[in-house]
Amino acid sequence: MTINQSGWRPEMGANADSDVATYTGNRALMLEEALIFEIGTTDTTGVDLAPAPKVASRLGGLERHTPLGLPGLSEPETVRHYTRLSRQNYAIDLGLFPLGSCTMKHNPRLNEKVARMAGFADVHPLQPQETVQGALAVIQELAVWLIELTGMYGVAMAPKAGAHGELCGILCIKAALEARGEDRPVILVPESAHGTNPATAAFAGFRVENIPATAEGRVDLAALKARLGPDVAGVMITNPNTCGLFERDMKAISDAVHAAGGYVYCDGANFNAIVGRVRPGDLGIDAMHINLHKTFSTPHGGGGPGSGPVVLSEALAPFGPIPFVSLMKDGTYKLVEEESTGELHPQTFGRMAAFHGQMGMFTRALSYILSHGADGLRQVAEDAVLNANYILRSLEDVLEAPFAASGPCMHEALFSDNGLAEGFSTLDIAKGLIDEGFHPMTVYFPLVVHGAMLVEPTETESKATLDQFIGALRSVARRARQGDEALKSAPHFAPRHRLDETLAARKPVLVWKEAELAQAAE
Amino acid sequence: MRYLPLTDTDRHSMLATIGAKSIDDLFVDVPAEARLSGPIAGLPNHASEMAVERHFSNLARKNMAASHHPFFLGAGAYKHHVPATVDHIIQRGEFLTAYTPYQPEIAQGTLQMLFEFQTQVARLFGCDVANASMYDGSTACWEAISMAGRVTKRKKAVLSSGLHPHYVSVAKTMAHFTGDALDAALPTLEAATDADRLLAAIDDETSCVVVQYPDILGRIADLSDVAAKAHAHGALLIAVVTEPVALGAIRAPGEMGADIVVGEGQSIGVGLQFGGPYVGLFACKEKFVRQMPGRLCGETVDATGKRGFVLTLSTREQHIRREKATSNICTNAGLCALAFSVHMTLLGERGLRDLATLNHANAVRAAERLSAVPGVTLLNDSFFNEFTLKLSKPARPVVHALAAQGILGGVSLGRLFPEASELENGLVIAVTETVTEDDIEALAAALKEALA
Repeated sequence: MTINQSGWRPEMGANADSDVATYTGNRALMLEEALIFEIGTTDTTGVDLAPAPKVASRLGGLERHTPLGLPGLSEPETVRHYTRLSRQNYAIDLGLFPLGSCTMKHNPRLNEKVARMAGFADVHPLQPQETVQGALAVIQELAVWLIELTGMYGVAMAPKAGAHGELCGILCIKAALEARGEDRPVILVPESAHGTNPATAAFAGFRVENIPATAEGRVDLAALKARLGPDVAGVMITNPNTCGLFERDMKAISDAVHAAGGYVYCDGANFNAIVGRVRPGDLGIDAMHINLHKTFSTPHGGGGPGSGPVVLSEALAPFGPIPFVSLMKDGTYKLVEEESTGELHPQTFGRMAAFHGQMGMFTRALSYILSHGADGLRQVAEDAVLNANYILRSLEDVLEAPFAASGPCMHEALFSDNGLAEGFSTLDIAKGLIDEGFHPMTVYFPLVVHGAMLVEPTETESKATLDQFIGALRSVARRARQGDEALKSAPHFAPRHRLDETLAARKPVLVWKEAELAQAAE
Repeated sequence: MRYLPLTDTDRHSMLATIGAKSIDDLFVDVPAEARLSGPIAGLPNHASEMAVERHFSNLARKNMAASHHPFFLGAGAYKHHVPATVDHIIQRGEFLTAYTPYQPEIAQGTLQMLFEFQTQVARLFGCDVANASMYDGSTACWEAISMAGRVTKRKKAVLSSGLHPHYVSVAKTMAHFTGDALDAALPTLEAATDADRLLAAIDDETSCVVVQYPDILGRIADLSDVAAKAHAHGALLIAVVTEPVALGAIRAPGEMGADIVVGEGQSIGVGLQFGGPYVGLFACKEKFVRQMPGRLCGETVDATGKRGFVLTLSTREQHIRREKATSNICTNAGLCALAFSVHMTLLGERGLRDLATLNHANAVRAAERLSAVPGVTLLNDSFFNEFTLKLSKPARPVVHALAAQGILGGVSLGRLFPEASELENGLVIAVTETVTEDDIEALAAALKEALA
């Protein structure tokens, strides 16, 4: 079956929008690229396989007779296709990526190298344990450092991402309450929380109630205390919070929640601000996930894979998930799975994913921790906070910073859209930054600030980069205050102008269809 | 420290700009009793790249790498040759160090790739639509059960006994907390699957039936009857594919009536990685799209009419809907989805079919050779690249004996189902294109010795 061999969409040349149209729609190094379904064919392949020996089929009469419609490309075409696509992406390797609460820091290449060592990358999860002692040692070593860095009692390494870690912590709380024979249906979540917090609590069967913030952007301790009671299982708090502020009352919050019989979950998304300087265990936290792809530099990969180990207090650790690694008296590492739980981990809430967690992320995170060491990690937090405050103080005269008066920020600086010209919004500032060669900050989050702009530079940016970013953002902010109409159609220099998201949602096209099929579907 | 660009001069001048005397002034909101006074206990100071690399080399050497030995493990993770191109592409910084494509004008590379990935997955599974990936197959499986509950407004799922035991465990964990009922069972060492049990269990309270295809013992059964019965009772059929290469040889679950098809995409492009990160595949019929979990990439146009791609239907998702979201998932497995997609593009339909044919042929030859070993019988009537052997004694010690001889000889059912002593003589063997004639001979000889 042939799909389309022309290599170019017919409308490409005609749609070129510029004074000087090109035949291809390309702009020198800015290269358009069609879909694999438009350039590949189902009888092209980029792999050479040995011929299969002739055998009698044992497929049980279920041989496939229909075509799959999967196009192939030769190796050179494949390399070119994806290389061209890659050049339409912004990335940390290209410049500052100041997404607040996402911690887009440099991804060291040593981490990539060690993760690819055959002894880690080419090992099956169900190999006999005596053949994977080195891999188990890596998991155990990382676990030890995560416990030390957080001052907690134990750690669950199984969760596959931050939100999965939240789920792990919440299930520990649920299991602990069950063991106490209590039914507490409510989880309290501050208004400024990441959306995953309420979604996780609901996914695990809890009812979510919001707790308000004070005028200075922190959890309202009095309101929280007033709501605590025998129906409250616990709270989910982000610290430092999503306004970029440290929750000064954290210990008091923990004490109040514990006194009322609940547990404290801390969203560790912002751990980068305090690593090496503050240990959550000293603040009365019962569970906290650690996004290895944030604080510990594993790559974000265009949206995963992540990894979200959860550190646990002594009260919750007995309920943590299987499997986990245990160092035995004879010096060997044992993977505690279903069969040994009765003996070694009888109260576990069970398994939350197949196999043993994100090994490829563990090697990278451990490589990062060992590279930085105790002195380096402390410097990480200090430089991350210094960079954020430098941005806050360098911009607060052109962008409103709603909480700046109350003191320094932690690792991220929060601004609002107050003071922009009529009809201009946060979105215009974000798109203007794209033309300046920067990825925009997190926009419209947290929800507690109007038109929020949350800037997290991280510690891996130089002062020169920060100064250039500050200059660019000052320029864009001034244009938005003065009502520069050109800003409303930004970006002008990106591979695409603003995209019609309403159309995408109203008439969802989620898979490619042959032209005639797509037309018939209209 | 090599990852930190600021110099002390920079730090001083920045503190002056901020109006702070020292870095401690910036941590003023942290109460004194919460501040860590000394360094982290036991953690040495920073280390050179060479020193860290040496530490990992020493640990890596303590593992038996699959490629260095005759290797026959499967049971949810498969060893396939991954073309060098795949790793080159996923290490391009523009893919590796980008984030979730929230700013589509400067993320068209990731977005177009996801659109292509979604189309590849949908076509492979025989479904209308697919999402931009999940964490892995086991979590995708629970998400599918959860979605079937939303679609049917029912809370009873029937699980085939051929479903991977880790997937069953994950579902049991979640169902315990959500109050869903699961009808599950242990497999039996027979050539026939438990289709009859499933047909008998479906009733008007059933939200879904979950069937792995091929199943944990390698058996392949037509899903059509189960689909028909499920649909007659208003329930959904969820098919689980842990070895997607199989679909180059056998019929797609969607073709046989599956409403949701989920899978583990690891075997295409991702590699073994000691269990993760992998990539969950999730596809379904178009009419259920608004109940799907996870990110979705959709086609649209930009302000000048050029085709482009965006994340869409986000009103299902946690960052908009918060506690009313279809799932709490935020991150997916973007880079592993890219690896899957690049490998699938290199294969194409012809390559996938040839790869599947080669896997099956190698497996058939291995099954014939191994079942000729005294004390070994082949369980399966049907299989793709994985089958179950019944040994004359428990398989777990046999696996350890094989490993001691440098052969990674399959997964024992004792490891997978420790609670079921009646399964302990079962050994699941996977045979892919990476297995040579010599590997099969080595396994046959070692098995003969271990069973003697």
